[in-house]
Amino acid sequence: MAKNTKSIPEQELLQGLKNPLNRRSFLQYTGAGVAASALLLAGCDDDDDITDTNTTGSVNLGTGDTGILNYAYALEQLEAAFYSMVVTHASFQSTFSNATERSVLMDIRDHEVAHREFFKSVLGNSAIPALTPNFSAVNFADRTSVLMTARTFEDLGVAAYNGAGKLLTSATNLTLAGKIVSVEARHAAEIREMVKVNTFAARGATPAIGQETIITGGTANGGLDMALLPSQVLPLAQPFIRETINASNLPTI
Amino acid sequence: MNIFNILTEIEKVDPEVYARFDSRRRVFKHLGGFGKKLAAAAIPVAFGAVFNKAYGQGTSNAAIISILNFALTAELTDSTYYRKVLEANGAALPATFKTGLTLIRDNELGHVATLQAAITALGGTPVTIAETRLDFTAGGRLPNPFTDYATVLALGQAFEDTGVRAYKGQAPGLMTNDMVLQTALQIHSVEARHAAYFRRMRRDSQNLATNQPWITMKDRGGLPDWTQPVYDGEELTTQATVPIATNGISADSASEAFDEPLDRATVIAILNNFYLAGQKLS
Repeated sequence: MAKNTKSIPEQELLQGLKNPLNRRSFLQYTGAGVAASALLLAGCDDDDDITDTNTTGSVNLGTGDTGILNYAYALEQLEAAFYSMVVTHASFQSTFSNATERSVLMDIRDHEVAHREFFKSVLGNSAIPALTPNFSAVNFADRTSVLMTARTFEDLGVAAYNGAGKLLTSATNLTLAGKIVSVEARHAAEIREMVKVNTFAARGATPAIGQETIITGGTANGGLDMALLPSQVLPLAQPFIRETINASNLPTI
Repeated sequence: MNIFNILTEIEKVDPEVYARFDSRRRVFKHLGGFGKKLAAAAIPVAFGAVFNKAYGQGTSNAAIISILNFALTAELTDSTYYRKVLEANGAALPATFKTGLTLIRDNELGHVATLQAAITALGGTPVTIAETRLDFTAGGRLPNPFTDYATVLALGQAFEDTGVRAYKGQAPGLMTNDMVLQTALQIHSVEARHAAYFRRMRRDSQNLATNQPWITMKDRGGLPDWTQPVYDGEELTTQATVPIATNGISADSASEAFDEPLDRATVIAILNNFYLAGQKLS
């Protein structure tokens, strides 16, 4: 029984989401029931070995749906910071001389900021802090460098949401994630067309983040986007984040 | 400790507890530490039996099969259209676009095969759609649906934007089966990639600068007015009670940043534009 502080903001969050079927309300009910009948189990601190406090330089995403939303919040922070850098860079006008492309990148920046601020708001007191991006590997004055990085971020974001859906227990949260992932997929397709024509959904035997091939080929099980677990996504995102992301408390099934 | 006290106590505060969960696994997941501790104590035989009865998989599979057949219906409609466009091989369609459309058609065929396999594996029967039921002129409103470039792009945009909303709307109904849910999500985002492609092709070839790959408010981007149901409801600028059009974000951007789900009946009504009288989907 180290600490029980985590559940309170989680419950507030879910309350705010007003989902009649979600897990939070159930936890609230069970909490009431357990207290009323004094059914406290001696060993229940098995699940309490969770660190609520983040050590310096490390950010703990937390547990349950809140942890998954923080995971999404971390990725959206990264994307928003990236596109903000792109569109405010001194050479933006010359690097992207086509007005439609500039409009696209500014739109995407706005979408990613909207996603970031949404998660920050909905997570409330459970939100992880602002992360410090590390874009030292990106040349913001180089169109190819920017677009290849964007392609990686967008494809990674799609795969992350696709793989995290099954880890969510609240239907409301799943729908919210679904509302965002398709916009990320629209971004991915547009960025990919800016890189190379007809790669918006490039098929192949071994699709992978950072490669042109991103959709499974063939007919049986063909035409599928990637779905990656947090343990697969975070190693690819970590090089762009100064803080160490601790996902050890995220749900795994 | 009496395990059944837990159920009794839950039921006192939540009479509908038995309707709230749909699988034994999920019940344990929701019970968290309690479930694990009980499992360790070898109690779940009785515990599980109670929940399994309330949350057995039988009806759950039927619901999932129904959703997958709905998705399959949409995929068969789209893929048949793309096949007929490619077969017509119209001279007005640029070769580069035909390459992109072939990619989309192949993805849709993959979706069809994947859905058919999932339905069969769950003990269901995949639906089939006789081609003779289909009318891609939409009752004569589109004279050259297979060879007119603007029409092909418009129909592709409408089909894919609808497909994105259709899958999104069904995702919660698939939460009892992680594998099926994930597969549906993997299809959902591909539909969004396709939608973005058709939209950008219209933007760049049809003088539609504002028809970006994302949906602004409920703008149908120059599509015929009878396609408006594809976009109605996309104009939301508040999500989960959080106002999005803040922090320098315009209302347009706020609406673009989130795609919205569509219910099954509305999707069926949209698809029925392309089914002959007497052959409509129900």
